[in-house]
Amino acid sequence: MQNKLPLLDILDSSPDPHRREDPGLFEYTLPAEITSIYPLTAMEKLYQIQIVDPDQRNRFSFRPGQFVMLELPGIGEAPFSISSSPVRRGDLELCIRAVGNLTNFLARVERGTKVGISGPFGTSFPLEKMQGHDILLIGGGLGIVPLRSPLLAVLENRSKYGRVDIMYGAKSPAELLFTYQYEEWRRFDINLGITVDHAETNWQGRTGLITELLQERLQQTTSLRENTYAIVCGPPVMFHFVCKMLTEAGLPMQKMFVSLERRMHCGRGKCCRCNIGSTYTCLDGPVFDYWSVMNLKEAI
Amino acid sequence: MIFKVFKKEELARLHELLAVNIMVGPVARGNDRNGKPLYDFEVVSDFAELALDYTQTVHSPKRFVLPYRETLSTFTLNPNGWEKQVDLNVRHPLVFFGMHACDINALNKLDLVLAKSTYPNPYYLGKRKNLFILGLSCNPEPQCFCRSMGTDSASHGFDLFLTDLGGKYFAEILSATAFDLLSQISCQEPSSKDHTLYKHLTNEKSKRYTTSVDTSDLTKILDLEFASKAWDYWGEKCLSCGTCANVCPTCYCYGVEEQIDLDLRHAGKTRSLHSCNLIDFAKVAGGHNFRPESATRLKYRYYHKHRGFVEAFEEPLCVGCGRCGAACLADITPPEVIASVRGKM
Repeated sequence: MQNKLPLLDILDSSPDPHRREDPGLFEYTLPAEITSIYPLTAMEKLYQIQIVDPDQRNRFSFRPGQFVMLELPGIGEAPFSISSSPVRRGDLELCIRAVGNLTNFLARVERGTKVGISGPFGTSFPLEKMQGHDILLIGGGLGIVPLRSPLLAVLENRSKYGRVDIMYGAKSPAELLFTYQYEEWRRFDINLGITVDHAETNWQGRTGLITELLQERLQQTTSLRENTYAIVCGPPVMFHFVCKMLTEAGLPMQKMFVSLERRMHCGRGKCCRCNIGSTYTCLDGPVFDYWSVMNLKEAI
Repeated sequence: MIFKVFKKEELARLHELLAVNIMVGPVARGNDRNGKPLYDFEVVSDFAELALDYTQTVHSPKRFVLPYRETLSTFTLNPNGWEKQVDLNVRHPLVFFGMHACDINALNKLDLVLAKSTYPNPYYLGKRKNLFILGLSCNPEPQCFCRSMGTDSASHGFDLFLTDLGGKYFAEILSATAFDLLSQISCQEPSSKDHTLYKHLTNEKSKRYTTSVDTSDLTKILDLEFASKAWDYWGEKCLSCGTCANVCPTCYCYGVEEQIDLDLRHAGKTRSLHSCNLIDFAKVAGGHNFRPESATRLKYRYYHKHRGFVEAFEEPLCVGCGRCGAACLADITPPEVIASVRGKM
């Protein structure tokens, strides 16, 4: 039996959930609990999800723009943008629309449900570089969800940033997300512009395209070249028009960031489902600067 | 690298020494409609079962490191929550007896993305680390374009590689285990005559390829020809069946599904090989499909293999084995697709 090959075990006895190169991390999920569920609209709810172990919760750190994979055993696993402030660490907020298998199930669960969280994954918005600059946050529909984390991070250090504008468009007033926070955002000296495509009779706000809001903002400044950063997130058609307008207003491509959505099955650069061309949205994104997006075929 | 030569009769003895392990090798499995023999890799226990003069197996060896379906984890559910159990499904070391250079190179390419990258895949890594690979020289078949892809010979990723010199084998040794094995059979140091013969035969082999692909500047050409009509032509022919990814030794894209038992006490998570040509590959919840046409999906497959992978790892994700073209129900072959995108058809 001299030539019997030994069976090699590749896993360490104690995996380190904070070292991405640890093979034991691949299927490792942090036990977490849904601590509250707040309905935002008929379709979307805001879930407070807390990593159960206090030590793991405090060690969990992410940067605005990153996402987590949320797993419910036997139902599925899917990627979700983190909507909460990074200072809250492993006490996360995820805004989720009931649209697929897992999310429709989540729409029916109750407070106290145990879920698995892995991550954070992906790239983030360069908030340090943005300090000292004006910021444009432009979101369409669910696109406001990944914008909320960088917005909250800005609010925590409001004096470090210049003028901050949020331009947010939704299909109808009933679909507007985070309405309960608009007054609070305004109190932090944020210019909040909201527009809807179609309005009911009692809608006091504005109706029209988000590009009209942006046009008004651009008329107040001569050029965006020197002092502005922009974050854009929304449906492909919005990216197309908004990014074009910002470019024409002088905003350099490296100062314009987008967050892209794709199907994902692993979040770890293995399943290829999120590939754009052959760039992994989960590893090289979801946050891309506009230069990278221009370089990717079929990105927006 | 250390070289040895041994007489062909000694190969059975080498097999016998390795047979204490579970062994996989090429076997003949019937004929195709033209009477040509069909081969596949299977677990073998008898030396006589091995078809070492095989041309090419229908399926690649990838299923032994990347099973088509695999349970990633199981869950025990209880009223207060659940527990997750992870099993890498690595049960025993595996000896591969008679792998051609293209398939060895395919595993080397899979290593780049699955083992040597951020978030290594432990299910793959565990099986890959427990392989002993005995490579075997081959003869170019009409569909082979491995020479164009630089994968007609293997320089690493095996334990032992044997080249047929006529009456004897020329052995390249890459591991201590392989060296130890050869010390148990009758082996000699290669003579200068053996060296000359080895060089002559490999040189002769390189002249026998009948299919080639022009890969020069291919990453740029693919960008230049992104809107080429050629993609529509092939997209029209493509049946979006995913057979190409099934037989490909380097296709690794997958999907994950979870199942729950009817008693609600147990659940499982299964990974299954997917294909970027299947219609739901890039479809997201809510119904939007980022690649709804078969032409964009087929184009993406070439983009991933010949552009993106090159950008990430400086080599294409294709070894030129030609299995995809041979298996394609619509007769789509990479040499023809690439030539047409280059405008040479």
